[in-house]
Amino acid sequence: MTEAPDFTGNGEFIAIPRKEDARFIRGQGTFVDDISLPGMLHGAILRSPYAHARILSVDATAARAHPKVEAVLTGEDLIDKGLAWMPTLSGDVQAVLATDKVRFQGQEIAFVVARDRYSARDALELISVEYEPLPPVVDARLALDADAPVVRDDLAGRLDNRIFDWSAGDKDATDAAFLAADVVVGCDMMYPRSHPAPLETCGIVADLDAVTGKLTVWVTSQAPHAHRTMYAMVTGLPEHKIRVVSPDLGGGFGNKVPIYPGYLCAVAAATLTGRPVKWVEDRSENLMSGSFARDYHMHGEIAATADGKILGLRAKVLADHGAFNATAQPAKFPAGFFHIFTGSYDLRAAHCEVTGVYTSKAPGGVAYSCSFRITEAVYLVERLVDMLARELGADPAELRMRNLLQPEQFPYTAPTGWQYDSGDYPRALQLALELAGYAELRAEQAQRRERGEYMGIGISFFTEGVGAGPREHMDILGLGMADGADLRVHPTGKAVLAISVQTQGQGHETTFAQLVGRELGLSPHDVEVVHGDTDRTPFGLGTYGSRSTPVSGAAAVVAARRVRDKARLIAAAMLEVAADDLEWLDGAWRVRGDPEQARGIAEIAMAAHSSLRLPDGVEGHLDASAVYNPPNLTFPFGAYICVTDVDPGTGEVKVRRFIAVDDCGVRINPVIVEGQVHRGLADGIGIALMQSIMFDSNGNCLGGSFMDYLLPTAMECPSWELGMTVTPSPHHPVGAKGIGESATVGAPAAVVNSVLDALAPFGVRHADMPLTPANVWRAIQGRPVRSDLAED
Amino acid sequence: MRLTVTVNGIEHSREVEPRLLLIHFLRDELGLTGSHWGCDTSNCGACVVWLDETPVKSCTVLAVMAAGHRVRTVEGMVRAGELDPVQQGFAACHGLQCGFCTPGMMLTARWLLNRNPHPTEPEIREAISGQICRCTGYENIVRSVLWASEAESSEAGRSAAGSAP
Repeated sequence: MTEAPDFTGNGEFIAIPRKEDARFIRGQGTFVDDISLPGMLHGAILRSPYAHARILSVDATAARAHPKVEAVLTGEDLIDKGLAWMPTLSGDVQAVLATDKVRFQGQEIAFVVARDRYSARDALELISVEYEPLPPVVDARLALDADAPVVRDDLAGRLDNRIFDWSAGDKDATDAAFLAADVVVGCDMMYPRSHPAPLETCGIVADLDAVTGKLTVWVTSQAPHAHRTMYAMVTGLPEHKIRVVSPDLGGGFGNKVPIYPGYLCAVAAATLTGRPVKWVEDRSENLMSGSFARDYHMHGEIAATADGKILGLRAKVLADHGAFNATAQPAKFPAGFFHIFTGSYDLRAAHCEVTGVYTSKAPGGVAYSCSFRITEAVYLVERLVDMLARELGADPAELRMRNLLQPEQFPYTAPTGWQYDSGDYPRALQLALELAGYAELRAEQAQRRERGEYMGIGISFFTEGVGAGPREHMDILGLGMADGADLRVHPTGKAVLAISVQTQGQGHETTFAQLVGRELGLSPHDVEVVHGDTDRTPFGLGTYGSRSTPVSGAAAVVAARRVRDKARLIAAAMLEVAADDLEWLDGAWRVRGDPEQARGIAEIAMAAHSSLRLPDGVEGHLDASAVYNPPNLTFPFGAYICVTDVDPGTGEVKVRRFIAVDDCGVRINPVIVEGQVHRGLADGIGIALMQSIMFDSNGNCLGGSFMDYLLPTAMECPSWELGMTVTPSPHHPVGAKGIGESATVGAPAAVVNSVLDALAPFGVRHADMPLTPANVWRAIQGRPVRSDLAED
Repeated sequence: MRLTVTVNGIEHSREVEPRLLLIHFLRDELGLTGSHWGCDTSNCGACVVWLDETPVKSCTVLAVMAAGHRVRTVEGMVRAGELDPVQQGFAACHGLQCGFCTPGMMLTARWLLNRNPHPTEPEIREAISGQICRCTGYENIVRSVLWASEAESSEAGRSAAGSAP
């Protein structure tokens, strides 16, 4: 292949084909389940059929007698090893294998290790468990009732299901703003339980070297270094004797941040048997026991003047965290970044209260491309703004335009404390309206309504905060959220960059090579990116919350600039001039006023490794490290418009068009950025219209397979219409912001606003997601729907 | 049971359990890990391979049902060292991100182009509608297939395709 330059003359990055693709299009990626080691055993997990039950006995005698079974682990076996419970990412504990009770349907009870995967499954049938069923806590709204069963009676002194009460903002100022308002609009709305469902489920291959004592795990992890630290804390193995390898990941979207019981069971089984052990969950295990997302019961209110100036916002939220509080988010923020719920609007005051509760459901939370609950926040405010528009008889686009923050207000401090770094919101909304042909769409809608056709136009405008985060304020399990980068330039000018974050399809091998190549005047094809192996990469907290580019990308750039600074000193020695006489121009250090006198990085690298006499204090070789502690989050934003057609007879929603204008600052690889937006827009359709994990009154999970948990296909997705504006982040080294989650955050509200706009002639004010045909039809009939619970 | 099957032009004969799924035979017995397993319920299509000339979901086909038949997987898409235009299209149009659904998508696309060399966008969407991609929102998969269709429709396209990775 001919080498493409990685940036154009004006300094913008350009799209280059992805380096990763060569292996994937040949079917030669290496995913966890592709790894096979000599003598490897296969694990399978016995799971609870009950949502809440006391375990009276577990008898694995018959399973252990199965001719192909090598070991069976139960909770009792793990108690002896101190492994029956593990810490969660939120400072709670979670059962690895249940000992006292099961607390959700699908909870882990026993782990069978056999010579092949089918035999492991067979042996599960041979384990007999005696249960005493208990009443489950299914409806989160009843979880704090005095007579509610206590889910976590394992926790000393716990008498109810309350996990936390948390609030943000100024309550008095908010109440005052509401008192001064002409109009107050409020609504109960549910952001239902969802699941990221990456196409590759979670899994592990664990191998303990009995001679060296070194544990190697190949695992589906978005955060290999954080996993290594957790394995050390849980198992007691020394951290330097643990190697976590995260090979190619078949998507993650948050699902692959936590450590799951199956991983620890595989490690324990590998230790016990002295052989490598593989465990890969099946799809039902993934959907029923892994990281769910959302599950927020929200009441929001918005206050405004009669002419449509928004004054204040307030929200009360009941957060269903399931049986173990295992949300993955910075420790000081039990509701994630939900308190960014003031969104993109210039308003006086806001206040939110969030109460977290235990229920008899799978643990997890916050996963699924939501930027730590910003998805819920954006949905809340964008629904409220639409309701306000309807109340006032205002156009929702005009109402938003009137209230958006103005470019001169940045950096802007929101009423709940966030400092947005940069933005030009009216420009993005204006562009989206133009791309959509908004006025024409409204005219078409009016004509269709006269014909009895129900067309909807939905807008959402979102602000995200991504790239956690400043280590003084943000940590997970005490680990500050900074990320390292190591960069080595070899003698011939070819470079290797080692990073702490982990791609799940985002194309880090390409974009990080572009970042470094641009700083050093190297082709991205001459920069190899090493990731996903704790033995070969510097420490860092991994990829989630759209933090790779804002944090790790910044670390890579800082390391590259350090290399460049060092190269300057060496180039000065080579050219026998003072370093101050050199300037970096067109990918080389050049003598000021005599640019032909120049040395590029490749020549400098060879000299750095040679016998050239280097200036005092300059070490040989050409390499540098950096640890990047971001000064703030980055705040990408966007304006989305969704056009739907709703069939009132069947309730079917057809998404006709979707226009998305995103501003994520400087785009490192525009095609990769667009691909990530496409992905999130499909999420928006799925979450708004199809995806939901419901439960029946016994706590049975009704979303446990892809036959029940419906994901969008190519038929539900329109051809996306994208636009962009570029407002660089002032504090990121190249002005970039995160983009991986923007569309998942912004799109659901646009779809729902569109459907509710279509249903306006029926007087339908709100209906909860997912807007399935049945739910839409019932909304038209005036029958409200609880989208979290099945009707008995 | 004794199973004899031709996979990517090579005949294999193995003793297998009757219940062994074709996807596990391909992956675990033959080491052809390019085909993936994703859902168990025939919904996701990560496991799509060809049985003779037809794409099938190999998580729902018993290996023994392939006895005497020809199976083609992603590993068999490269012919005489040349990438299939569909493979080139996916790389050229950013038709993949994590790469997990990609083998199945490409095999369905190859089948479609064999039957319909100039599919419309709706025809492409319908052809891949039994398969799930969680990364691309399908847009660039559609573009990839259109790219391959155009590349195959002209010699010029064929030679231009040679520069893809």
